[in-house]
Amino acid sequence: MTSPAVLVLRAPGTNCDKETSYAFERAGAVVRQVHIRELLESPVVLDEHQILCLPGGFSYGDDIASGRILGNQLRERLADALLRFRDDGKLIFGICNGFQVLMKTGLLDIDDADGPMATLTWNDSGRYEARWVRLDVQPGNSVLLAGLEQVDMPVAHAEGKFLFRDQKSLDQLAKSGRLVLRYVSPEVSVPSAAALAPATPYPANPNGASADVAGICDTTGRVLGLMPHPERFIEPHQHPQWTRRPELVAGTGLRLFENGVAYFR
Amino acid sequence: MLWEIDVLPRDAALDRPAQSLSSNAKDYGMATEGTGTGFACASARVFLLEGEHLSASDVDRIAKELLVDPVVERFVFAPLGADDLATPPSGWTGSSAPAHLLHVLSKPGVMDPVAQSAQAAIAELGIDPPLVQTCRKYWIAGLPEDRLQEVGYRLLANDAIEQVVVGPLAIDHLEVGRPYRFALQTVDLDSLDDEGLMRWSREGQLYLQLAEMQTIQQTFREMGRPPTDIELETLAQTWSEHCSHKTLAGRIAYSDDQGERQFENMLKETIFAATQELRRQWNADGEPGDWCVSVFVDNAGIVTFDDQHHVAFKVETHNHPSALEPYGGANTGMGGVIRDILGTGLGAEPICSTDVFCFAPPDTPADSLPAGVLHPRRVMKGVVEGVRDYGNRMGIPTVNGAVYFDERYLGNPIVYCGNVGLVPYDKAFGDPNPGDYIVTVGGRTGRDGIHGATFSSAELTSESEELSGGAVQIGNPIEEKCVQDVLLTARDRGLFTAVTDCGAGGFSSAVGEMGEKIGAEVWLEQAPLKYEGLSYTEIWISEAQERMVLSVPEKDWEELESLCASEGVEATRIGRFEPTGRLVLKYHGEQVADLAMSLLHDGRPPVIREAHYQPREVSPLLLPSKADYSDDLHQILGSLNVASKEWIIRQYDHEVKGGSVVKPLVGIASDGPSDAAVVRPVLSSNRALVIACGMNPRYGDFDTYHMAASAIDEAVRNCVAVGADPDRIAILDNFCWGDCENSETLGSLVRAAIACHDLSIAFGTPFISGKDSLNNEFSYTDSEGDRQTIAIPPSLLISAMGQMDDAARAVTMDFKRSGNRVYIVGLTKNELGGSHFSLVQSSGEEHQAQGQVPTVDPPVAKATFVAMHNAICLGTVAACHDLSEGGFAVTAAEMAFAGGLGAEFSLEKIPLAEESLSASEATVARLFSESNSRFLVEVKASATGAFEKMMGDLPHAAVGHVNESGQLTIRNSDEKVIDASIDSLKDSWKRPLAW
Repeated sequence: MTSPAVLVLRAPGTNCDKETSYAFERAGAVVRQVHIRELLESPVVLDEHQILCLPGGFSYGDDIASGRILGNQLRERLADALLRFRDDGKLIFGICNGFQVLMKTGLLDIDDADGPMATLTWNDSGRYEARWVRLDVQPGNSVLLAGLEQVDMPVAHAEGKFLFRDQKSLDQLAKSGRLVLRYVSPEVSVPSAAALAPATPYPANPNGASADVAGICDTTGRVLGLMPHPERFIEPHQHPQWTRRPELVAGTGLRLFENGVAYFR
Repeated sequence: MLWEIDVLPRDAALDRPAQSLSSNAKDYGMATEGTGTGFACASARVFLLEGEHLSASDVDRIAKELLVDPVVERFVFAPLGADDLATPPSGWTGSSAPAHLLHVLSKPGVMDPVAQSAQAAIAELGIDPPLVQTCRKYWIAGLPEDRLQEVGYRLLANDAIEQVVVGPLAIDHLEVGRPYRFALQTVDLDSLDDEGLMRWSREGQLYLQLAEMQTIQQTFREMGRPPTDIELETLAQTWSEHCSHKTLAGRIAYSDDQGERQFENMLKETIFAATQELRRQWNADGEPGDWCVSVFVDNAGIVTFDDQHHVAFKVETHNHPSALEPYGGANTGMGGVIRDILGTGLGAEPICSTDVFCFAPPDTPADSLPAGVLHPRRVMKGVVEGVRDYGNRMGIPTVNGAVYFDERYLGNPIVYCGNVGLVPYDKAFGDPNPGDYIVTVGGRTGRDGIHGATFSSAELTSESEELSGGAVQIGNPIEEKCVQDVLLTARDRGLFTAVTDCGAGGFSSAVGEMGEKIGAEVWLEQAPLKYEGLSYTEIWISEAQERMVLSVPEKDWEELESLCASEGVEATRIGRFEPTGRLVLKYHGEQVADLAMSLLHDGRPPVIREAHYQPREVSPLLLPSKADYSDDLHQILGSLNVASKEWIIRQYDHEVKGGSVVKPLVGIASDGPSDAAVVRPVLSSNRALVIACGMNPRYGDFDTYHMAASAIDEAVRNCVAVGADPDRIAILDNFCWGDCENSETLGSLVRAAIACHDLSIAFGTPFISGKDSLNNEFSYTDSEGDRQTIAIPPSLLISAMGQMDDAARAVTMDFKRSGNRVYIVGLTKNELGGSHFSLVQSSGEEHQAQGQVPTVDPPVAKATFVAMHNAICLGTVAACHDLSEGGFAVTAAEMAFAGGLGAEFSLEKIPLAEESLSASEATVARLFSESNSRFLVEVKASATGAFEKMMGDLPHAAVGHVNESGQLTIRNSDEKVIDASIDSLKDSWKRPLAW
């Protein structure tokens, strides 16, 4: 069995690169951390890898807007290389700030003739918040989410509210099965995808995201972006209630990384 | 052409800056409510772009493709000054009163990272980049025009770096600084008398004492030349209280109720001596031997961790900057202590942070504030945001903390920031070699933070805000993260021989310390500047952030430079360590300073002080007896020190890096108060660190010895409660005190230091580092025209770093299962002096001075910690929580509501030391006494026998059961003394600070 090669992209302000790399390694991948300066100089580095991961953090300080500068760099200077990467059947994975970056690259197929159909903007609370959330998973054709139904993970962000431009945009993404991750609470176990207003109350929906969206995939299912942090739930005792459980259960966040590795085996 | 692009929220509901301004204006009593003419505002983000070549279509494209998020924002642009830029946004639904325009923009030459990023990103769009500046724009109605400046400076601008412009911007080009013309400045000290020397010390912001000024005068007389300004500044920085700790490390004649004692070096003979004694004992004992690696010598203390790593720990204070500019002060406080860790040994990797704050109550009436004092609510919000933004952005989890409230922190809040680092076992020490380059890495030098070291050693006054605005620094955590990344890589490649941070005193302190044993020559003009116009002295003493100084052998310079360049970090040679024993400073070849290192480090005249202490006489706490204490419990849970700090904790990323095992909030709804945080610094290993703290300024009003002993006991028992090994806990001291020129104030500190010595040895818990901050007093002139001074209460923070072999053994404080038996461990004494029970009594202050303050019985405490640890290791413990503020009743309530369960207790079973108490005294003592070294423990049903065996002869008793009632019921011989639902208790606890 071969181990897929993962490129974990670093930029000024990236700060979840180590634990994300560790999660991929735990799943059996070979990881190389590459600085954006190196990638811009030699985009061919992408050819040596099967998975591109954009980890969390504050790329370029989130100057102008979260993920904006790095997103623009990728869109303006690496668009062809990245589209080719996706079209070659490879995987792209953006976590938290990485998701914010992907939203600005075009790789998540969220733009129509009127511009972006959705954005990630400030939490309703107006501030950064860190807490665990429960996610309903409708994997559709998403490679990384295959076989998952429900998973707990932490969020930690200020600009994580997924906001649709309008009802039409929501309908379009819902219809094509791309709203793969939604915040749920014990009261509302499976939210409806029909309405813009969140069905899951705060803090189970931690930011007021419309239709409770926590993550989406592209049309191919090979690009995934999500606000929660799967790399922070790969060991049983990372879960906030682990001391209350009769038995230790492996971290379900690890499954996403394992799915990525299994896809190339 | 100078263009202005205004980026506006699509609708008012998305206008967060306006919402925040409105709410702050209300908090501050500046906004009047009311329809029609009440306070209303709207905001825009503004980008100013200057370039002759820039066409309207370029500007339109820059806005659309880079600056604006079309889902939530819209934009307008025009040449600056155009009328439509001044019109309030069309969605403006505010007041019918006229709207005034107000801008907040950086002062000329101040670094604007967003503008820099925008400029680079414009180039990537294929447009020749213009000059860029950002600013914020507000339309404000319902406020007289003459109050706009005040609103701007009080609520929106940081005076140290920003300016407020009321009305349209009237600028025709973007400023880029002015060149500096060199002229050597000397100071004629020789002719000054004592009064003149002191005036110079004060007005030049040197803050040196007379004896020190006289020594300097004499030294230069002997040298036959006047000192240059930069030489005086260098001496003032090096000799400042902040950098040299001259008071506590000085000679002190001390007396208290136990007798008299002469100290040659007080810290050395108390706190350091305890650590030396422990190390001697451990070395004599053989395996496992001394586990301290580097104590009291480096930027942080270092102890062993596993077979490949050591751990470093440091806590710093940043009080005076935070009083003036809470956000910037706390922000750079966190940035500074992280650099301490990066500058420990050959560089440690930051793992997690801790922060502890002291504020005046946030409900202090705004009209009662003395001039020059920011409202405590604004201070608290700003401090929390400052710590949040630095830690979160660097990706370092903030895992532990505490907040204490007391009126005496009004003009002088306390901000402690701490950081833990991991360092390879062979990288714990560094020393520069003669001939190594002095290299600065990271941020550029600007005019920010001039005189921070000397300023922090002075007393705050109501004029400080005007005098010392420049002493507030500005942080850029992304820059520091980039520095961290290259620094740790360079460490692993062995590219430098020593490293330290540029903290207080800037290059002056960093180079002075590193070159102490060698000598150094510095080429000041080589330092990269943020903007033109800095004098040679400003370059030398600037406390601009995010700079580290390395000593780099000539052979390694090229590799280091290219490593830094590969990640966009600036590295510059600014001098060389020369074996001369002298500090020589040059500016474009001209010598501006030449001082003997020995004068800097050993030339300061000794400080000799007297210190006295008389503990308060113990008077009994006299209270009427009651049948039911449920209300008292609700009140203590809702008192500010005890109340939930969830509002703060959730703003910190406490899980980044993936090592989190026990989080600051635990339990079934993740909202119960954990005793300590457990973190795995090495992801592939289950070996863990335990971070906790202990502090109780109120006990200091009774006796600072018992206050210090209690703080140490609390920090240690918090660690033990989650599973730390009591034989592997290292602690730090941070003394924040009032003016130690006052012999009583100094006496209270010496007495606390003696307790630190005694408890450290008794517990086997070494101090590995520490820091003091004196002169925490605030002076102002009251409405009668009289001078008033508020000194903070004695504030000793003990921070503890424990270790555990296996993180999977960790225990949390929430009750787990109905039917489990609950034990109290430790002896309860009638110790209600300084307690939260006395604090919430309606009769108020008279009771706050009564009662016996909690004491520590060291041998029993240590034996209790060891027994508890063994019980936890054996797996008998389902939940464990220490007894502290509010005593048994608060602990029981917290465990019950955190677990979403109920519990029933028989109060009379709690072992009580005194037999002579009246029935009502005994009830109050059992419920609310804050006696140390106690735990409440839920024991697994199958393990009660094993648990009791572990406790042996130590005071302990089974006192109740966990049940599913959702009710906390405490009976005293069948009479219910507390009966309350866990929902109501939790609500009392969560409500006060749920902002």
